[in-house]
Amino acid sequence: MQEHVVIIGNGIAGITAARHIRRISDKKITVISSENKYFFSRTALMYVYMGHMKWEHLEPYEDWFWEKNRIDLKQAYVKKVETTSKKLFLDSGEEVVYDKLIIATGSLPRKLGWEGQDLPGVQGLVSKQDLELLEENTQKCKQAVIIGGGLIGVELAEMLHTRNIPVTMLIREKAFWANVLPKQDAEFISRHIASHGIELRFQTELESIKGSQRVQAVKTRDGEEIKTDLVGLTVGVQPNVSFLEGSGIETDQGILVDPYFNTNIEDVYAIGDCAQHKEPAMGRRPIEAVWYTARMMGETVAQTICGNEFKYRPGNWFNSAKFFEIEYQTYGHVAANPEASEQHFHWAHRDGKKAITIAYDLENGEFLGINTFGIRMRHEVFDEWLTNKRSVEFVLSHLRKANFDPEFYDSHEKEIFKSFKQNLTTI
Amino acid sequence: MATVQRNMSLTGEPPKNLSTVQKIATGLGWTGIFILALSIFNVSLPTFFLWLSLGLIISGIVLYANDLYLGKSAGIKNDGVWFKNLTSRGALAWGAALLLTLFYIVLYWYPEYLGLNYDGENTGIISLFDPLSRLINGHNASQWFVYGVLYTIAILAFGYKFILKYRHNKYEVLRTFSVMFFQLGFAFIIPEVLIRLNQPYYSPNVIWPLNYDLFAGYKLEEFFSSGTVGLVMLGFGIASIFVITPILTYFYGKRWYCSWVCGCGGMAETAGDPFRHLSDKSRSTWIFERWLIHSVLVFVVIMTIAVVYSFLNENPGAYWLSKDSFLIGSGILLSVLFSLIMIFKRKELAKDAKYGAVGFFVILLVIIALYYSTGISYGHKLREWYGFLIGAAFSGVIGVGFYPIFGNRVWCRFGCPMAAILGMQQRLFSRFRITTNGGQCISCGNCSTYCEMGIDVRAYAQKGENIVRSSCVGCGICSAVCPRGVLNLENGPQEGRINGDAVLLGNDVDLLDLIKQQKQEARKN
Repeated sequence: MQEHVVIIGNGIAGITAARHIRRISDKKITVISSENKYFFSRTALMYVYMGHMKWEHLEPYEDWFWEKNRIDLKQAYVKKVETTSKKLFLDSGEEVVYDKLIIATGSLPRKLGWEGQDLPGVQGLVSKQDLELLEENTQKCKQAVIIGGGLIGVELAEMLHTRNIPVTMLIREKAFWANVLPKQDAEFISRHIASHGIELRFQTELESIKGSQRVQAVKTRDGEEIKTDLVGLTVGVQPNVSFLEGSGIETDQGILVDPYFNTNIEDVYAIGDCAQHKEPAMGRRPIEAVWYTARMMGETVAQTICGNEFKYRPGNWFNSAKFFEIEYQTYGHVAANPEASEQHFHWAHRDGKKAITIAYDLENGEFLGINTFGIRMRHEVFDEWLTNKRSVEFVLSHLRKANFDPEFYDSHEKEIFKSFKQNLTTI
Repeated sequence: MATVQRNMSLTGEPPKNLSTVQKIATGLGWTGIFILALSIFNVSLPTFFLWLSLGLIISGIVLYANDLYLGKSAGIKNDGVWFKNLTSRGALAWGAALLLTLFYIVLYWYPEYLGLNYDGENTGIISLFDPLSRLINGHNASQWFVYGVLYTIAILAFGYKFILKYRHNKYEVLRTFSVMFFQLGFAFIIPEVLIRLNQPYYSPNVIWPLNYDLFAGYKLEEFFSSGTVGLVMLGFGIASIFVITPILTYFYGKRWYCSWVCGCGGMAETAGDPFRHLSDKSRSTWIFERWLIHSVLVFVVIMTIAVVYSFLNENPGAYWLSKDSFLIGSGILLSVLFSLIMIFKRKELAKDAKYGAVGFFVILLVIIALYYSTGISYGHKLREWYGFLIGAAFSGVIGVGFYPIFGNRVWCRFGCPMAAILGMQQRLFSRFRITTNGGQCISCGNCSTYCEMGIDVRAYAQKGENIVRSSCVGCGICSAVCPRGVLNLENGPQEGRINGDAVLLGNDVDLLDLIKQQKQEARKN
């Protein structure tokens, strides 16, 4: 009998693990999810609401793929995990016995215990069900308030914008996503979002949500009441782990794992958004709810499960997003609030749609990272520059090599380099 | 600067309704078409109505485009594409498909209903175009002149709309100017002026086998009887096939033709752009596509050999080439091509491609042998059937008529033999590829959805692999709609161009090396 690997959750972490296990082994693989039978791209939920795509387009593999690769899919909710008997209890009444269990249940929208947070018309945006709920909640929506200035918040704003729903965003920081982006970048993006008619309220926090049957208004900490038909809760996500209560699997915020994704229970692993690293790698957070890292965790745990033990050692940090029309990529680290040793060089194009910020070490000139807006850059090139600790001079004088814009696009490297040189002399 | 539309009665509605200006613009356009329709019913209209009608159609499209895109910040404009009736196979789409299809049927097979009169004065819509035709080429209009004018206007006006839609993307803007230029100049004005100068009708940008009549007997006679001009035309036609096309495709991929020069491509990319997402992406359709398009290619090769053979047969001793040496030469050329591909590129062909290639090659040789031994090639019959089945029914009726149902590149994807040849070159002998940016893909599916050729672009991007597909016309839309800057059209060395063992960047390098090895192993088995 082949070993039975059961994966709870069919997001990018769980499905990547399943695909890689299949490539290198003949193990029996079962993937259980209550959200949707087939894997879909969570990051693209917004495009269905905006009418760019239909649901079927979110599913990256045709239905025959799973059978051909002998990956059994089960649409069910796991109510209980019993690690002593290695059994899962499903809501259908079915029991599933595993030899190895990978938990990849992802995230839920974070709720901070506000009054009225469970009223109808208050919702987050993480799952397929959230999307369906949003469709219902916006049928006759005349005004929406979004709590939180982060990646899901701006996506939600863009979505509602296509339906002509006026949006107000309550943002705790002084600018959009200012806990991640340095001030100039955060302000640059804030201006772009505002240019679409989105009302951004900075340094504003939610006090409570008002309403009897449905949400009617939100009250800010300053005591102001804003009428609304919809509240989008986008102050981040939290690991989806409540179903593990009483299972003996150790959790904190998320499921606690070592660098091999082992939980405290043998043959039980956790990856993706729901995993919390006890010893995170240098410069990395214990929980990283990001598509790319979820994928990498899936790649890594697949090897470990198939006998090639691999410690999780992600490479240079990178990420991406899109804010309305402006694409964002980042490679390496650009701190929101840099320490004294981290110097930032910022350049913005006069059209207000392109900008870069480069972080480097003031002492030795080492390139630390880049935020790029509206200019596409090559991942491979920056990865190599970061690994080889290139100097900021080197990076700026070779920036053309990293450009990934389509053919015939205007190039800005010379201007950027000149601006950097001028900057140096003025310091 | 764009602001939220404060019309509260509309809030929460999906973006599928037309604005007032767009409704007026649509009304203008249809009024123009209505005038043309009136003339079909033999309502005799003065020339003024031709200008009125064309003017209304063009201004309707321009007004619509301006209202849709100007005043909105530049960027991807796909909101509501799947909600709108016309672009999501709704009743309007079926209605438009039906109208277009009927138009093509009448155009190809019943031009007399359009008012064509071989023996006397034209009537109906064709007579409405007579003054314009006389102005340009000195003769009365034919149904093809009417079609050419409308076709060119469609590419120019919808090209303007496309340019506004993608004004943030220079590749798209330049490419669209290019197809507009080639349609207006090379496909419309040059051939019409040639007629005025009493020279053979010839569009330099329509290359054999898309121009399946290049070697037809009547065409060859025209060329040979027109002195140097005719010979230059024939020479340019042959050079296009054997010299110009392979060189340009080697450097830039087939896009230089399909998305920058070709008239069919021009129509698909401009008027057809709103329907690009309707192409089928399934693997089964891909398999169907490969068999169908290569069958058409074999058909056109057989037909062409047959017509040239018939021509030489009917004019024995008139030319330096004898019919038998022509057949032998054709057989040798095909054998050399086949052998070169099999010797050098065998490993790059999938199993079914190899079977297909051998099968088609044998069929070709057998048919050539039959011509040789019987001395009969049925050239005229074959040409007639090819013209009916492929030239008219496939490329016109299905190819354009069904834009709103099957998407805008049905002909280019399933039928065009020129695309088949360029595709083979692109897959086997070209520097062109679409590259994937490290590990940045989020599998969102915009690229695949908006690929008019039905390529599942995401399937490659989410594995970190380059996209090297014979059908890719290099329209660049996958790269444009990608929200994370993952895809880029590039020309570069052939080595490593096809990288089926690529891994996604980002993880531990030792682990990635191992995964790469495992991928290679898995591909071998």
